[in-house]
Amino acid sequence: MTPIIEAREVGFAYRRSAAVLTDVSVGVMPGRGVALVGESGAGKTTLLRLLLGLTRPTTGQILFDGTALELGDRARMRSFRRDVQTVFQDPYSSLDPRQSVARIVSEPLRSLGLLKDLPRTARRAAADERVAAALHAVGLPADAAGRYPHEFSGGQRQRVAIARAIVCEPRVLLADEPVSALDVSTRVRVVDLLAELRETRGLTVVMVSHDLAVVAALCPQVAVLERGRVVEQGDTAAVLGSPRHPYTRRLVQSVPRLPARPS
Amino acid sequence: MSLLEVSGLRVRSGDGRDLISDLSFTVDAGGRFGLIGESGSGKSLTALTIMGLLPPGMTASGSVALDVPGMGRTEIVGAGERLLNRLRGRAASVVFQEPLTALDPLMRIGHQVAGPLRRIQGLRGRALREAVTAALEEVRLAEPGRIAKAYPHEISGGQRQRVAIAMALACRPALLIADEPTTALDVTVQAEVLALLDGLVSAHSMALLFISHDLAVVSGITDHVLILKDGVAVESGAVLDVVNGPRHPYARELVESARELDAALDGLNAPDGGTR
Amino acid sequence: MSVEQAVVGAPEEDGAKTTPRHVSRSVTLTIGCVLVGVIVIVAVVSLFWVPFAPEDTSGRRLMPPGLPHLLGTDKLGRDLLTQLMIGARIALAAGAGSVVLGGVIGIAAGLAAGFATRWLDDVVSALLDILIAFPTLLLAMLVAATQAASLTSAIVAIGLAMSAIVARLTRVLVKRVLAQDFITASRTSGTSWPRVVIEHVLPNIWPTLSVNLALQFGLAVLAEASLSYLGLGAPPPNASWGRMLQEAQASVFIAPVGVIAPGVLIVVLVIGVNLIADGFRDVADPTRRRRR
Repeated sequence: MTPIIEAREVGFAYRRSAAVLTDVSVGVMPGRGVALVGESGAGKTTLLRLLLGLTRPTTGQILFDGTALELGDRARMRSFRRDVQTVFQDPYSSLDPRQSVARIVSEPLRSLGLLKDLPRTARRAAADERVAAALHAVGLPADAAGRYPHEFSGGQRQRVAIARAIVCEPRVLLADEPVSALDVSTRVRVVDLLAELRETRGLTVVMVSHDLAVVAALCPQVAVLERGRVVEQGDTAAVLGSPRHPYTRRLVQSVPRLPARPS
Repeated sequence: MSLLEVSGLRVRSGDGRDLISDLSFTVDAGGRFGLIGESGSGKSLTALTIMGLLPPGMTASGSVALDVPGMGRTEIVGAGERLLNRLRGRAASVVFQEPLTALDPLMRIGHQVAGPLRRIQGLRGRALREAVTAALEEVRLAEPGRIAKAYPHEISGGQRQRVAIAMALACRPALLIADEPTTALDVTVQAEVLALLDGLVSAHSMALLFISHDLAVVSGITDHVLILKDGVAVESGAVLDVVNGPRHPYARELVESARELDAALDGLNAPDGGTR
Repeated sequence: MSVEQAVVGAPEEDGAKTTPRHVSRSVTLTIGCVLVGVIVIVAVVSLFWVPFAPEDTSGRRLMPPGLPHLLGTDKLGRDLLTQLMIGARIALAAGAGSVVLGGVIGIAAGLAAGFATRWLDDVVSALLDILIAFPTLLLAMLVAATQAASLTSAIVAIGLAMSAIVARLTRVLVKRVLAQDFITASRTSGTSWPRVVIEHVLPNIWPTLSVNLALQFGLAVLAEASLSYLGLGAPPPNASWGRMLQEAQASVFIAPVGVIAPGVLIVVLVIGVNLIADGFRDVADPTRRRRR
């Protein structure tokens, strides 16, 4: 089976600067989400941007359904954008404060031309319907559509961002630290939501995170990055359960744990 | 003997809203106390109130008393600036969350660490320089000489936070308040800084007031905790009691959420590799 | 929540402004609208009717207020009230014309600069700074030197000077918006750059920009008055308040109304515009609506 998206021997460096990524190869199989784990400076956000087709790698290739991603090929990019959507880390920066939730969530539908086959008069109603369905799927009330981002809390805004990401029914959700900016109790709810969407919609979740607990909860595969290189990758259970690379071991040991429940 | 006694503390915002209501707790000398809460719970505000650093427009009522050996018992609420200045650094000091903004970007590290040493211990010249080096070594910074000459942006976040800790500890306060000191740090750096804090607090028999939203972190470094929600204390007690048997519904929700995520890490060692 | 947020108030709190400040903002807006409104009405009325013909010099010179010249006459015997009413037209035209010219050029240049990176950005910023360093009056004199002094040349000069300031502000605002995640989110939703600019960039820079443009309106009125005072604006018999000031100042002790009236009107218009700009800011911003 071909991976949906794949980074093949990818390297990235800014002009006249040290390499941010070196020889990174990561593949995302349908249904087997991958977590990109590492600390600051590991290059995971850069890798995410490359996988999102926002920049070209300096060396190596990004592949979509087995063929190299050409950023200039508009038809191909449109198909790519429809299948690969994203959720950002900061819920206070990822929603346009001057747009209503309905407009925000329906933007992919408009920009990707998903409603163009319908007669003009029917488009608005179709968009509203799909927005309502997406809002329902993320657990937001229907009247949220007419409100503005500043009326919602961080966790709710993140749900709006997720609704926007799923409205065009993508195959892959690329999430950049989707819950790290949220409160603890909200975090669990959003993690549960992502797990549920993964099950009900066959969504493959690729996640950048430094939070190993969230990774363990959402992604069956993990790639550990240290200073721009993949030091270990494989099944989450194996890599985090019995890490082999010393950096992975340090990472796993550093996670603060709750005291064990009394038996 | 209680070092810090907070009774019926109320903090009101400029437009009459209660940000903290009727908060009471005590920290004994050498004790480890944790304040747990999410954003908006008032936990950071509590730290500011104890230091007499409430922003203008906010008013505090009730009592916050610091009873420090050698300085007697001082009431913080309503105290004048001169009295508060004598306490700051000597009786109590704070380590804040954001290492980027905790240090003056235009001043070299050595100069900043020297500040409290010069002001409170009255050191000058060579004695001062040696004290600065000793302070930087105490927080396990390698090459203290190089770091002392560097500017904040030239060292890493973890190193900056160690410097902030060094400055807070410079004059051996009786009470160290740590407000989310490791939240902005990478997880491996966090583990190191927490271990450092733990060691130093024990070595100098200081009392620690540790403020955080992270239940796992707090339970590792404190003995007693208090959970704040919207400025109101909803549960308090020994940390193991609260974590293993929370009573208030909000406390239960918090503990359950933390347990759920924590359990995901346990599942890794299960034979079937349990991803949910 | 960080300490800063604890101090300033979590983002949601900003929307629910306290009552006293909210009330005073709309009072500001109302007063501003009244002041400017009066002048606009006077200008509109002057298009249809003025007490005397503007060139009519039949009146006795430098008369004090009375009948038939309600505010008196100037040194050539022209009716002062007529001159003031026509001057209102010129002041408003100068303000509006300069703002439109300066705004269009400035926003376009600022947008381009906002998107420019590295060396191009440095070059554009340097050019803007050079332009801004030129005093408006100096620029106006340069323009006047190339053509005859007129209202149009004054408007062009003021507009050009203004465009540099607007461009610099726009550039900063654009850069700030481009750094936000919702721009990247829009791109990953498949939106093309032109549409991103129209749908996301412009609406987000507009609140701050519009306030600035309103302030520039007031400055343009002042600038036109200054240029006219120096003889670089609309030539006689067109009555600009600034020119009226200049002509009347020699006889200020004989007929003070000739100096006071245009001076007061200039002040009224500029203050009114500033008050509107101040009150405008809240009205335009959806995040400042009270939370239900």
